[in-house]
Amino acid sequence: MQRILILGGGVGGTLTANLVARKLKKQIERGEAEVTVVDLTGTHTYQPGFMYIAMGGERAEKLQRPERSLLDSNVRLVVGEVERVDEATRMVELKDGQRLLYDQLVLATGSRIVLEAIPHFVEEAHHFYTAEAALRLRKALDEFKGGKIVVGIAGMPYKCPPAPLEVTFLVEAELRERGLRDKSEIHFCSPIGRAFTIESVSEMATPILEQKGIELHTFFNVDAIDPQKKVVQSLEGEELPYDLLILVPPHKGAQFLMDSGLAPAPGGWLPTDRNTLQVGGRSNVYALGDATDLPLSKAGSTAHFEAPIVAERVAAAVRGREPKTKEANYTGKVMCFFEIGDGKGTLLQFDYDHPPKPPKPNRVWHLGKIVFNKTYWHTVPRGRV
Amino acid sequence: MPETTPAPRLIDARGSFCPGPLMEMIRAIREAQVGDLLTVRSSDKGSKIDIPKWVEKAGHRLISVESLEGYDEITIQKTH
Repeated sequence: MQRILILGGGVGGTLTANLVARKLKKQIERGEAEVTVVDLTGTHTYQPGFMYIAMGGERAEKLQRPERSLLDSNVRLVVGEVERVDEATRMVELKDGQRLLYDQLVLATGSRIVLEAIPHFVEEAHHFYTAEAALRLRKALDEFKGGKIVVGIAGMPYKCPPAPLEVTFLVEAELRERGLRDKSEIHFCSPIGRAFTIESVSEMATPILEQKGIELHTFFNVDAIDPQKKVVQSLEGEELPYDLLILVPPHKGAQFLMDSGLAPAPGGWLPTDRNTLQVGGRSNVYALGDATDLPLSKAGSTAHFEAPIVAERVAAAVRGREPKTKEANYTGKVMCFFEIGDGKGTLLQFDYDHPPKPPKPNRVWHLGKIVFNKTYWHTVPRGRV
Repeated sequence: MPETTPAPRLIDARGSFCPGPLMEMIRAIREAQVGDLLTVRSSDKGSKIDIPKWVEKAGHRLISVESLEGYDEITIQKTH
């Protein structure tokens, strides 16, 4: 019996499980292989929708489905919190005492936000990285009657690199619609020397920022908040006053990965091979999605395109064959929609060798994002796209 | 005993278009200790301009910028 253990029921874990179950259907049915997903809550959450709770009338309950309903019937689901991985005995122990053995281990444990890493974040700053926080931001925007809004980034890496710029554009459009634009200043703090990391996107976004009267602050990495003075301070030694502060929180990898010696502190990101997705040179341990230390967007899209590579390698190992070269090497493919506001969007598509060439913003890509969000449940986790 | 300088931590950001080599370096510097050396490899031609600019603004030390085959290698030191 070959035991494939997948930790995490997000995009990467769910899709990998379903693809492996498909590839090993006969082996599973003959009792020669077993695929198990361990998930903390048993509920799959579509995290890109959080931003739309704050900005687009989305409801939290629409962004969740039971993980069981998304998994192939040949995949076993265990709901529980992982305590540690013991590599010597190839065993994962859960907090409730369950012990699960593995031959192939897939780490799809995502990232977690660490608000406490920035003192006063909890009481002073808003964010949109949980449904509850996005709803609080929505209420704060509803109560906002004018003043200074600052949008910034308080840690690297973070999920969905375009999100803070998208939120800035959407907030600006909303204030204009509500007749509050003249009474408001909007400041966007970019961690680097331009509006966005990709030069072509930056060239597209900068005139839009100017046209919308959004003040761009470059090389501004949020480092601290002074609640008395109501200012946010940067790693580079500048400060900005705010009335409404919207920050991307610091992120880290799962704590048990650090405790088990799989990922180094303080970040907790798994050292992952950029092509094979194997962790730290181990032949039977893989990582995908946010959990890796790869220099790529932490986004569902990354996990989506990594999952087939992990599935092929795991299935090949179980069947005792070589993985198919073309299907077993990740090329860095990522594809994301990017909201510009006023019902327009664009598309970022790239891999390790090909930088993105985003099309001119238009309604099609905005609608593309909306349609993708609505159809996600029937497509991505099941491996249909 | 002669004092030895520890090897720089290598950040291979080649092929990083999003979030990009500078973002990868800022991530590493936030996690580093004062005095640590960091080397960033980047295939993005803008990095050898962007990274020194950020290092100057943030008050860290630029150690070297080297152009190699198909990529640049930039080494910096965290100073505070």
